[in-house]
Amino acid sequence: MEIFSLTVREAGELLKNREISSKDLTQSFLRRIESIEPMVRSFITIDPKVALHHAEKADQLIKRNEMTPLTGIPIQVKDLICTKEFPTTCASKMLEGFVPIYDATVIEQLNQTGAVLIGKGNMDEFAMGSSTENSAFHPTHNPWDLTRVPGGSSGGGAAAVAASECLFALGSDSGGSIRQPAALCGVTGMKPTYGLVSRFGLIAFASSLDQIGPITKNVEDTALVLSTISNYDPRDSTSIQGERPNYAKSLVNDVKGLRLGLPREYFGEGVAPEVEKAVKDAAAILEREGAVVEECSLPLTRYALAVYYIIAPSECSANLARYDGVKYGFSAKEARNVWEALEETRGQGFGSEVKRRIMLGTYALSSGYYDDYYLKALKVRSMIKSEFDNIFSNFDALITPTSPTVAFELGSKTEDPVTMYRSDFCTIPVNIAGIPSMSVPCGFSEGLPIGMQLIGKALSEDTLIRIGYTYQQLTDWHSRNPKL
Amino acid sequence: MDKDRKDRLVAREEILHLASLCRVAFSNDELEKLQTQLQDILKQFEVLEELDTENVLPASHGLGITTVMREDCPGEPYPKEKILANAPQSHDNYLRVLPVLEEN
Repeated sequence: MEIFSLTVREAGELLKNREISSKDLTQSFLRRIESIEPMVRSFITIDPKVALHHAEKADQLIKRNEMTPLTGIPIQVKDLICTKEFPTTCASKMLEGFVPIYDATVIEQLNQTGAVLIGKGNMDEFAMGSSTENSAFHPTHNPWDLTRVPGGSSGGGAAAVAASECLFALGSDSGGSIRQPAALCGVTGMKPTYGLVSRFGLIAFASSLDQIGPITKNVEDTALVLSTISNYDPRDSTSIQGERPNYAKSLVNDVKGLRLGLPREYFGEGVAPEVEKAVKDAAAILEREGAVVEECSLPLTRYALAVYYIIAPSECSANLARYDGVKYGFSAKEARNVWEALEETRGQGFGSEVKRRIMLGTYALSSGYYDDYYLKALKVRSMIKSEFDNIFSNFDALITPTSPTVAFELGSKTEDPVTMYRSDFCTIPVNIAGIPSMSVPCGFSEGLPIGMQLIGKALSEDTLIRIGYTYQQLTDWHSRNPKL
Repeated sequence: MDKDRKDRLVAREEILHLASLCRVAFSNDELEKLQTQLQDILKQFEVLEELDTENVLPASHGLGITTVMREDCPGEPYPKEKILANAPQSHDNYLRVLPVLEEN
């Protein structure tokens, strides 16, 4: 077995037993990247020097017996999470050349534990998109079929993990941006409860929806990463106070008595029959293990997409007002005054999807439309949240498809924003309600991976990990690798 | 919402007004495309009109966290020169901008 096909836990064992050093491990990944990155293109920035420097520090920690599960582990981080003295672009021309002067809280935590940053992951510009085609630099290719998209917006992270270019990746998820690419690339991805992981240093897109989470090869690794990055952070005013559990303790192979719901609105029309079958087969496997599986209904599901595409662009239009070409990043030349400079900077610096959403959000927030759109969306969000609260009095978790289809062809949806937006209909309700959810591989259709989404009530990551872990003890979808 | 107001977005002036609020310079081609695309997207929002939200309170995010207060503890500020190193133009430890007010 090649060293790069290991999981975080397996590599950790080798490091702990001094069978390899973090430097060996990192070099093996750098060689892997050199050979396949021209095909996959999952990175925006790779810095072997920085990576080897981190690896040497990790080897020191290991030597001193100060090892934790992520010490010495090579990782990729989505390029909207600030990394001190390491370029952070949000895949936008607007931030080309921007070098943060501080680390995001999650990066501080990873540095403390001795994780090895190899580079920054490609994404849709400012996390707006479902295919990673909106990157201002280059698209990423799905390792299972290079003519297809990896999903998005954290497509770089999902592709890198699937292609074994790193041992895990950090992504962010505002409407499905971790889970949908994880599903399309056949890896495991979790969006934690809103407020579980600090957003300090995560460049904001839609502040009430954004959440950082892990993209890994299996649920076991998800538990290890989540335990490291989830903490209360006073620098994030929406951070949930209190201790976090050690999620590794939830790696329990047992779902007996757990009540699992199959909400019928997530199946049927608009969902590919192969996807529906794979997800229902997965539910049947859990049922055989003693879970109680029942159909249920979430009638407000059909309104979630509209709620999301009002709230997210509204928050985006406010958050992205900070890009003025004065403080950092791109600045248009040849303007006569400050106003012209501002308009030209933003006109040239942002890509078309970002501009579309700024316009849409500005519209929804502008005088005369605020009540009809923005306020209405916030009220329907309350209703969607209550609907989830109610259903979780009867169920421990819900099972749905993560994406209604397998990975689509590059270029097939770029001209039609409405169709692209619909590809997130299974993941969006979760962000609106602030609850956790995880995608795990559950099958293939024509050689392309299918993902099952597990949804739980707020702070039920332990339950989701337990269900996902049990499922992965019984199946091997997660341990298959694309041929590259 | 009455029909007249909804149709207004189709108007070119509305798009131009919106672009000026956003402070984004668009080409004519971009504006033309946006006019149809925004109309298509807004059509998807009409579904919300089916729901009676008269007595529903708005939720600004999914969890019940309200305004968080903390002690005002001054910390070490970031060094000015490091902050300014990211600025496109600076002068004597200040950000440099083009004229805000012009004669005439």
